Amino acid sequence: MRSSLDHTLAFHQTALRLRAERQQLLASNIANADTPNYRARDFNFSRTLQAAMARNPQFDAKLLVTSPQHIAGAASNTPSGGPLQYRTVQQASADGNTVDMDVERNQFIDNAIRYEASLTMISGQVKGLLTAIQG
Amino acid sequence: MSLFTIFHVAGSGMSAQAQRLNVVASNLANADSVTSSNGQPYRARHVLFGAVPVAGQENSGVAVQFVAEDQSTPRVVHNPSHPLADTGGNVAMPNVNVVEEMVDMISASRSYQNSVETMNAAKTLLLKTLTIGQ
Repeated sequence: MRSSLDHTLAFHQTALRLRAERQQLLASNIANADTPNYRARDFNFSRTLQAAMARNPQFDAKLLVTSPQHIAGAASNTPSGGPLQYRTVQQASADGNTVDMDVERNQFIDNAIRYEASLTMISGQVKGLLTAIQG
Repeated sequence: MSLFTIFHVAGSGMSAQAQRLNVVASNLANADSVTSSNGQPYRARHVLFGAVPVAGQENSGVAVQFVAEDQSTPRVVHNPSHPLADTGGNVAMPNVNVVEEMVDMISASRSYQNSVETMNAAKTLLLKTLTIGQ
């Protein structure tokens, strides 16, 4: 059973976690801008967030592996469970790399600002709770 | 924590680009080296990047897989007064294409800058995260 405090902060906590994951993915795309045959990847943020919120974290357990012969549970692509997708190519390059630096930089900045927005909101919630506690 | 992984990812990009820049510098420095330890003219070298896993996530970082020698034929220059000229008066010069190397250099330094900015953005976000509840 989740406490109401947990429930208050759950949305932005999940959002921040997903934003951080997406930021790492975009950083990977930028780092691999010159790697031949590298395919730029991303995930659909809103759909992944909805899926993460709908799932009860208590039942979100992995298969228990107690012997080396056990098969680990089917691991999803992102740590949060959303499917990773490949970015559609606007302008194909000769070496098979699909990283478009303009798109990646754009998304990176966009994601960073939205991360900060979530931070501001979670900070506001914490401040509100502190006001309620301390009066 | 994903934001900390960005430091590893961007760091791998920076070291790979730095190695590429190193190879470019070596090629440019040896653009006129007509002989080397094996008696042959210097051959241009090129790095080959590959995506590598970082912190358990596949294909997230980048690393130099190997440094390959350019197999194209040496540039032949007619200069009979050169001490290494053959009987026809031709000298085999390194197959370094200076224009290509300069372009490679610009590309490497731009990619390096991109990685630095990525790292800076991650640092800003982490520092902001530390101020939650303050």
